Amino acid sequence: MLLLKCPNCGLSVEETELAPGGEAHLKRFGPGSSDDEFEAYLFNRENTKGVHFERWRHAYGCGKWFLAARDTATLEVFGTYSAQTTEPPADILARIRERTGK
Amino acid sequence: MSRRLKSGGRLIDRTKPVEFTCDGKALRGYAGDTLASALLANGQRVMGRSFKYHRPRSVVGSGPEEPNALFGIGEGDRFEPNQRATLQEIWPGMTARSQNAWPSLGFDVGRVNDYGSRFLPAGFYYKTFIHPRPLWKHLFEPVIRKAAGLGSAPTVGDGDHYAHQYAFCDTLIVGGGIAGLLAAWTAAKAGERVMLVERGAHWGGRSPVDGATIDGQDAASWVKSTVEALEKMKNVTLMTRCEGSGVYDHGYVLCNQNLTDHIADKSGPRQRLWRVRAGRVVTATGAIERPISFAGNDVPGVMLASAVRDFVANHGVSPGERTVIVTNNDDAYRTAKVLLDAGLRVPAILDVRPNAASDIINEIKSLGVTVHTGRGIAKVHGDARVTGVSVCLQSGDGTVLQEIRCDCVAMSGGWSPVVHLWSHCGGKLWWDEARAMFRPDPDQPPRDGNAQGFVTAIGAASGALTVRQVLADVAETMDTDMPACEDVAEAPIKPVWIMPDGAGPALRAKMWLDYQNDVKVSDVRLAAQEGFESVEHAKRYTTLGMATDQGKLSNINGLAVLADRLDVTIPQVGTTTFRPPYTPITIGALAGEARGDIFQPLRKTPMHDWHEANGAFWEPVGQWRRPYCYPQGGESHADAVAREVKNTRQSLGMLDASTLGKLLVRGPDAGRFLDMLYTNMMSTLNVGRCRYGLMCDENGFLIDDGVVARIDDDTWLCHTTTGGADRIHGWMEDWLQCEWWDWKVHVVNLTEQLAQIAVVGPNARKVMEKLGGMDVKAETLPFMAWADGTLAGLSVRAYRISFSGELSYEIAVPAHQGPELWTALMEAGAEFGITPYGTEALHIMRAEKGFIMIGDETDGTVIPQDLGLDWAISKKKDDYLGKRGQQRDAFQKPGRWKLVGLETLDGSALEDGAYAVADGRNENGQGNVQGRVTSTYMSPTLGKGIAMGLVERGPDRMGEVIKFTRIGQAPQEARIVNAVFFDPEGEKSNV
Amino acid sequence: MSDISISRLPITGMIGLRGDLSSLGKVVKAVTGCALPDQRMCTSADGHTLLWMSRDELLLTCNAEAAEAIASDLRSRLSGVFATVANISSARQVFELKGQGVESLLANVMPVDFARLDASEVRRTRMAQVPAAIWRHDGGWRLMCFRSVADYADGLLRAARPVGA
Repeated sequence: MLLLKCPNCGLSVEETELAPGGEAHLKRFGPGSSDDEFEAYLFNRENTKGVHFERWRHAYGCGKWFLAARDTATLEVFGTYSAQTTEPPADILARIRERTGK
Repeated sequence: MSRRLKSGGRLIDRTKPVEFTCDGKALRGYAGDTLASALLANGQRVMGRSFKYHRPRSVVGSGPEEPNALFGIGEGDRFEPNQRATLQEIWPGMTARSQNAWPSLGFDVGRVNDYGSRFLPAGFYYKTFIHPRPLWKHLFEPVIRKAAGLGSAPTVGDGDHYAHQYAFCDTLIVGGGIAGLLAAWTAAKAGERVMLVERGAHWGGRSPVDGATIDGQDAASWVKSTVEALEKMKNVTLMTRCEGSGVYDHGYVLCNQNLTDHIADKSGPRQRLWRVRAGRVVTATGAIERPISFAGNDVPGVMLASAVRDFVANHGVSPGERTVIVTNNDDAYRTAKVLLDAGLRVPAILDVRPNAASDIINEIKSLGVTVHTGRGIAKVHGDARVTGVSVCLQSGDGTVLQEIRCDCVAMSGGWSPVVHLWSHCGGKLWWDEARAMFRPDPDQPPRDGNAQGFVTAIGAASGALTVRQVLADVAETMDTDMPACEDVAEAPIKPVWIMPDGAGPALRAKMWLDYQNDVKVSDVRLAAQEGFESVEHAKRYTTLGMATDQGKLSNINGLAVLADRLDVTIPQVGTTTFRPPYTPITIGALAGEARGDIFQPLRKTPMHDWHEANGAFWEPVGQWRRPYCYPQGGESHADAVAREVKNTRQSLGMLDASTLGKLLVRGPDAGRFLDMLYTNMMSTLNVGRCRYGLMCDENGFLIDDGVVARIDDDTWLCHTTTGGADRIHGWMEDWLQCEWWDWKVHVVNLTEQLAQIAVVGPNARKVMEKLGGMDVKAETLPFMAWADGTLAGLSVRAYRISFSGELSYEIAVPAHQGPELWTALMEAGAEFGITPYGTEALHIMRAEKGFIMIGDETDGTVIPQDLGLDWAISKKKDDYLGKRGQQRDAFQKPGRWKLVGLETLDGSALEDGAYAVADGRNENGQGNVQGRVTSTYMSPTLGKGIAMGLVERGPDRMGEVIKFTRIGQAPQEARIVNAVFFDPEGEKSNV
Repeated sequence: MSDISISRLPITGMIGLRGDLSSLGKVVKAVTGCALPDQRMCTSADGHTLLWMSRDELLLTCNAEAAEAIASDLRSRLSGVFATVANISSARQVFELKGQGVESLLANVMPVDFARLDASEVRRTRMAQVPAAIWRHDGGWRLMCFRSVADYADGLLRAARPVGA
């Protein structure tokens, strides 16, 4: 059972205190978007074996969403960060590079 | 015949006899006995019947690896099957019941399977009972089920209760043998928070029986003084009878502690499941001795050598008067020593190694025991008990060289480290050729969130075998000083996977690999031959290592046989997956406190007690309980519902609407935000007014609906469905936090804060006026408006909204004042015959009006346009959640099923969920359909059945008669009509 | 069982505040004397307790009778600021837990490392199957959950037993 640190309240909590929210950094496509764009937004997910950026809500705690970079196979957590961002922060990307070479 | 020795037995207290019964027979043991040792002491050897062939079986091991001696323990609501006799401590008044035997352990009819066993090879069931198909369900399955299975399931609910406990530590050590104790001491001295759990009742593991000198003390004394030192340390938690059960991601470990299974007083919790989060897990789980595969190795009296010496040394019980020892390693010689010390005879030791020589071998020889080297057992004689063995050359084909009379065989095929906990979370193993064992690979441990290994295997669990090796391993792994301990040189092991090497088919068919599941060498070979070459496939085909064994006793021998048959090495075959729990955990322990009244949260509205006191028949709505209706006298539920509807329509009804979600949405961007969430326009709603709104997901599907009130310039109050309150609150927060985080909007969930009561019916205004305090006239508080005011002396907010089609006020007060307002309304409404109504009357009245219900008319595939709700979808907005989804092609096609009303021709009600049949059949040969019923009721108001449904092009087919399915009857005809059955102009609510 | 006492407190005044914490902190301090608590902590003054709930949310507990007046006061002092003040005194049930072993009892139903909890920390967490929050108060513990599940919480606490009891 995963342990993740909520960057909003600073607590490291177990998975049962969190609610998962799927893949992070999706770009919303609304009216005016092409079928392909809309399909990608609504349905296409990385579902990766490896580094995954994902959404979590500290549902039983401060109620805030945060994002996590995690390896879905090894369960290594490269870091958690604010949900108010459109891309992973540089320090987390650096850590992923350091750990995975990618 | 008592087999209790005159003296000895380090764990039993001969001054404390314990009376218990087994299969109704009164027996006596001593405090400290296990059921197995007590039964052996009472001369009972047969302790079970095997699963498939019903062969008589006795105890083989002395610990959690025991496959045969399984009993049902306790009675009535405290009965539990499949308890290992080797672990079950006896207590005064305990009742044990044997299993898998009919009519008795001594004579079992199922034994005929054994005599026919060559017709029941691996995969027999798969192959035999496939055809003809109908026979499986009615003939084969019932018969096989009756004969199969281990113990019988309890027939009543579990009378015990169970506790959970969360715990946190730096280091959790599993196993309280010398390795675990030394590790705990090391971690504790360093100031760490330490938990040390031991599955048995005693500290020290095998060392007090096997013997050693540690730091100048005998092992038992060293264990005692170490435990005493640990007990004094505040940073250490020590628990016996607590099994490390499973290791999970990121240092999560389940440990199951037995609290009352060993005592007569059952008043406290039976077990406590520890949910531990550990920085580091140290597995000091020891090793399990391996049986040897020789013909007749399952005859009662054939035991692991370690178990033989445990029963003698720990319990003062003789497993046999004459014990032949068969071994491939030095450790079994310790059994000889213990037997001789107890005055029991060892007619011979059969050592498969041609030239084994070591101190302990010489010592045993010097005591006069004959050691036959290079030899093994060709066959064990006896049926319900061992009477002798035939001796052969290990390298031969089983030609008998000699017969030896004996009543016990102690076998040792070497030891396998207990790697279960190491492996649960991904720790890898390596094959140590010299020691012939799979060992934890320290370079490939289970890893935590920081990619650090968090499990360390130490001592015998990591492959160390002698006491000195164990201590040295702990010292090195834990970086501490090694206690002084003499070195005992042992001769190397010689792996033996079947005995003798050249055994033919006849012998192989009597060599058991897995006692519990009756899997023999011949079965594994057959599986390989039939192509089940992967170890996981072979396991499932043969059932090797299934059920409670989980690879404890059977694993390595089975893998070796498979490897041999496939002509590959053992590491190439690999192991099956080790999965938690290490030994079975009773369901009650996993459930913990979650049973009975607190099985799950039951949410109560502020008026719950009133409903209860007034005879409400409850309906579960999510976790809420809502009154379905309030039957009076001997009234049926249907009659109660009809009365509630009629009274409300004719005069006055009242509903507890507190479960509806109430979300306050506030801020400079709140209007813009709500315009995105709802399909219609909320920003244009005037202060003081209400508007019905729909919410869709990005697919365009309708997910919630409700009335929104504009409170002030910056504030809206959004009502959601009962089930939607938390979900929609989360939905709003999701968009605000993760998509539009620069929008200035706050959402406050007021659902729990407010009680809400709907006052409904032609006399609603009169009762409001009677309570007094606010102007509720139509001009001041018109339909779809709200106002703050005072009612019955309470500050309230009243909404003129209606889900029934009647004149209706929904009144919100702080929750703690809900009962007061409810009672005041009941009293004031008495003169109008005020009738509290439940969810069913609510449903019927909304259906009479053609109002949709989320979850009835919607099922996650329905867009608002399907429901004729186009009027509630803004055409002016560029965007709202779901707009793009609704623009997809599939939703534009004319064949969509759309909402209509349905009326049967005879006035009866359609069946719930009935399908509208269409001509022809689909590609699967099923009848085509053209719609379905979404809501159907008997309308008390109209005196006939009414229904709503989704029908293909429904609105274009008004008046058409179509057919709907009925279970067990011919289809029923119904006419497509307008879904608004009652007061289509809305005159009743807008007064 | 043990000498742990579990009691349901009568209605407690509670005011929920959303907004920028430093702006909220200033007005709450002025009205109640409670200083702005650090992340996850609580502060007390003059019968009020101010709890840090999240990075943009505070919860003020007070006398129930005074709650509406305090809420109005706070609201008017925050006018012109993007902030929300809500009297939510009826939304929650507060329990008082006292005696030896309360932490051990709570550890039956909460995944909380009590030894690592700060003296003034408010821990919002999962209590079996519902959300709850706990903090130390007057030598014992305060526990709050939503009103609708108060009976469930009560049942849980009474079914739970501290280790050794």
